[in-house]
Formats: sequence, structure tokens, C-alpha cells
Amino acid sequence: MDTQAIQRKLEAAFGGVVGPVASGRVESWIEVDPDRIDEVAAMLAGDADTRFECLSNLSGVDYPAHGHIQVVYNLISYTHGHELTLKVNADRDSPEVKTLSGVWAAANWLEREVFDLLGVNFVGHPDLRRILLPDDWVGNPLRKDYVEAPDYHGISTIRESMLRIDLPVKD
Amino acid sequence: MSLINSVPEMVLTTKVDAFLNWTRKSSLWYMLFGLACCAIEMMQTGGPRADLDRFGMAPRATPRVSDLMIVAGTLTLKMALRTKVLYEQMPDPKYVLSMGSCASCGGLFQLAYSVCDGVDKIIPVDVYVPGCPPRPEALTEGLLLLQEKMMQEKWLVRSSTPATA
Repeated sequence: MDTQAIQRKLEAAFGGVVGPVASGRVESWIEVDPDRIDEVAAMLAGDADTRFECLSNLSGVDYPAHGHIQVVYNLISYTHGHELTLKVNADRDSPEVKTLSGVWAAANWLEREVFDLLGVNFVGHPDLRRILLPDDWVGNPLRKDYVEAPDYHGISTIRESMLRIDLPVKD
Repeated sequence: MSLINSVPEMVLTTKVDAFLNWTRKSSLWYMLFGLACCAIEMMQTGGPRADLDRFGMAPRATPRVSDLMIVAGTLTLKMALRTKVLYEQMPDPKYVLSMGSCASCGGLFQLAYSVCDGVDKIIPVDVYVPGCPPRPEALTEGLLLLQEKMMQEKWLVRSSTPATA
């Protein structure tokens, strides 16, 4: 099935929870409500026509100008050989997205990574802890407005580098 | 007749300091401390082609019996705390070799939020080996330099500053 057909199928089942097919330069995607993403994912994984067995990637993007943090899901079906991209926009101040760790076990660590680096709270996650950074780290470094702490346990993070370029924060 | 002329020819005479230093530098056990891709070159240096064994060096998997820590790779802030603990667990006299750009100054990743730019922010370093990663020849030269430094140590002379850095 192509993305259009999957979108029609989802819209028939979930109505307004699922947005229209949006097209980028490389791929097209479907936007989904963050509170219902777990139901949509369960259907995509279980339905015989879609059968997405594999969550190949789960990532997060910060969009400060739009005021939201986006979580991107890349799905692959081995049975049918088709792919799908889902996107979810969560409020930037208190981002909350339903967890998919019950649908795909791979989501467990990937969601922990997004939680660690962007601070997205995955509701219902069985073990939502930092996965890459130390447990006592302050802040979420992949947020565009992240300011580095001056030191970590007495180790100065002031970097005397000639390479430092302060890039403007872009959307 | 001096003492030296009275001993048989088969006996070597030396200074205690030089003898101690020679024994230490000839059995330099290094701790396996591969943090990134430099570890591959470190393994290569310990392998048959570069062959660190010919200098009496052997890899150890624990700091408790190690004389040398070869910091091979990017040091993250998370690992930096562990590095300090491991260094403190090594018995004196101990040495540190900073292998590659990342361990010396953070290298490519020095501006990253999670990276400690230079292991010398945490522990004293004796030899820096530049390169990204350094070839086994470069690491071997660094280790020979360290051996030269070890031969300069004065264990029996009381001094205000410690013998090791």
C-alpha cells in the first residue's frame, strides 16, 4: 500500500486523529494526534493490509518557532515491503506523547533517547530514564535554546577552542 | 683497590635508581582503556606487527595491577568521572598517555555538549600522542618516550615535589 491508501484506511478508522498526507522533498508523511498515536500504531502493526513489523527509527526534532517538538516514526513492513513515516507534534513547553513501547519493543530505548535529549515525556513508558547522558544531567541538549552548564562535577565545560562558531538559532 | 675492581667480571654494577627505573620501564603494564576508534589502533599496536611485548608491555584489564593508562579515544563527561576513579585505583608509580586528538584536546568533538575536551582536565598526563588516530608507529614512539621519562625518575632522592607528575 502507498501512503495515500494507508492514510485513507487510517482516516476511516480514526477520523480526525489522522491528518492528510503531507509531502516533503524526499518523502511523504502522515501527521497523527500525540494522544492517539499508540492506537494508530497498534493498528498499523496488527492489520493484515499494513503489517508494519518494524519500527526502523524514532527521532525527535525541536521547532521553537512553531512551539512544538516533533517526534518522527519510520516504519517498515517486511511482509508487504512498504514504508511509512508518521509525525507527531507535541507542545514544546510540556511535550507529552503516548508511548509505543507496547507495540514495538524497539521503541523503548528510542523513546528514552528522545526523552533524554529533547525532554519529551512518553506517557505509559515502562522505564523512562536517561539513556545516553548521566542521570544527574541538567537540561536537554538537543533543544535549540539549550544552554550548557559551566561545569559538570567540577570539570569545566568552558572550551577554549578556536573553532567555536555561534550559529544563529534557526527554525 | 676499589670495590668495583674487586668484584668478578660477570657482575654488573649500576645505581639503585637506574636499576629500579630499568625494571619498571621494562615491564610496563598498560590498562586497556579504549574509548573510541583509537582503541583499534591501540589493539593493532599490541598485536604481532607493532608488538608491544618486545618492550615488556602487556595489556591488563584492571587498574589495580596497571602502571600505565593509555587513554585512547573521545572522553565524554560521563566517562570522565569514571576515568578519575580508575586512575585513583592504579598503584603508584603510575603514568598516563593521552592517545589521539580527542583525548588530548577533544579533537573533532571538542565543542559537543557531552565531551570533555582533554583528559588533562581530569588527571595529569605524561605523554601526548597526536593523530586521528595515531598510527601504531606513533603510539610506539610515545611509549618509548615514556620509557625515557621513566629512566629519569629519582626514587631515592627526597624532593619537595613528587617524582611522578
